[in-house]
Amino acid sequence: MSEQVPILQVKKLVKTYGDKPVLNGIDLVVEKGKVIAILGPSGCGKSTFLRCLNGLEEVQGGDILLESESLISKSTDWRNVRQRIGMVFQSYDLFPNLTVMENILLSPLKVQKRPRQEVEAQARELLERVGLADRANDYPRQLSGGQKQRIAIVRALCINPDIMLFDEVTASLDPEMVREVLDVIAQLADQGMTMLIVTHEMNFARLVADEVIFMDKGNIHEHAPAERFFSDPQTERAQQFLNILQF
Amino acid sequence: MLNSGISILFEGINLQRLLLGLLVTLRVASIAVVISIVVGIIIGVIRTSKNKLVQLPFRIYLELFRIIPILVWLFVIYYIVPANFDINLSSEVVALIVFSLWGTAEMSDIVRGAIISLPKHQVESSKALGLSPVQMYRYVLIPQATKRSIPPMINLITRMIKTTALLTMIGVIEVIKVGQQIIEVNNLEYPSASFWIYGIIFLMYFCICFPLSRFSRKLERKWAT
Repeated sequence: MSEQVPILQVKKLVKTYGDKPVLNGIDLVVEKGKVIAILGPSGCGKSTFLRCLNGLEEVQGGDILLESESLISKSTDWRNVRQRIGMVFQSYDLFPNLTVMENILLSPLKVQKRPRQEVEAQARELLERVGLADRANDYPRQLSGGQKQRIAIVRALCINPDIMLFDEVTASLDPEMVREVLDVIAQLADQGMTMLIVTHEMNFARLVADEVIFMDKGNIHEHAPAERFFSDPQTERAQQFLNILQF
Repeated sequence: MLNSGISILFEGINLQRLLLGLLVTLRVASIAVVISIVVGIIIGVIRTSKNKLVQLPFRIYLELFRIIPILVWLFVIYYIVPANFDINLSSEVVALIVFSLWGTAEMSDIVRGAIISLPKHQVESSKALGLSPVQMYRYVLIPQATKRSIPPMINLITRMIKTTALLTMIGVIEVIKVGQQIIEVNNLEYPSASFWIYGIIFLMYFCICFPLSRFSRKLERKWAT
């Protein structure tokens, strides 16, 4: 195989809210097909980092390259980029006025203008895969949190993104529903989807991620293969963090 | 005495005249309501802009209609505009102008409030799916906001219908004006005329506004979640 351009490169990314720095120069290279878990204490900037990659936050410095195209310019067509970078949020963000199927079809039909038949077939297949084929005509209010979150993942997948961003997607779920959502993400990892996952589920990160980045106070303190990060964290800050979580 | 007075309603074409008056009331109110809803939604969406320069003029417009009584607006447009700008406006047109301006202002505030009360992640997930602003409003925000707006919207509509009572003051021959005319003509013959006439007008307003307010309450309960 020839040398591939990394699918995503982040260079010295800086984000501030007023005077308050949130990200102080983040560097990251994401190879295609890799799963990267982003760990760190609350408020370390990990969610903000993901949001920057999807243009939901304005950045003050540095660069983001999607394949080799820079996303930091006034002329960036974020609508286009967002079709290549899917994102799922912590809050169940389905549209309550639309059924499950309508939620999934909205972007493929209206934004991507793909033929209905094709998208519907894809949606049904994805729903089948997450075990919710029978809920296609339900409204979000009829679903549990875990089901809603699985639908949100299907909805993001249906636009055929190259990269998926997961922002603490299990954080507001009841414990018994966390598993069903993580299973779906693990399945995606097996299929070779490139993913950046912000999570507090350490065991899950260890199992699914290829690499871990550990963030604190707007910096990446450690970037290591997942197995090594958990068995032998190099930085003191990461050791402390892992210790606290070990009950 | 009161009992005998009821026949005033059936004297000549009195009842028919009252109903025609009511028709004028409803005509002014319904045209103004339709204009208010259409323009109000557009202005309401514009007012969700975070740009202060966009917000300010609409804010001033809304406050002008909140602070200054509608009656004063009616007088201002009815007496001052024609005298100074050489335009001749019939009283019903003046009524339509004032009610549409007022209704639009209030409606825009209802729509704006409903949209900004939607959870922020509805906007973010729309963006993350690549929806354009127009698509986001069309498919996601406005349908949800509509649901939240309908109860206060109906409330506004009943207020507009009731406020048409002021139109007597600029000489629109609506239901109250007709009532006054009938009372004046029949006062000697029927001393209890005002009781019966205003009583029937009371019932007419009630029959129009009560179902609306019930309907709104029902929707509110249905959509409470």
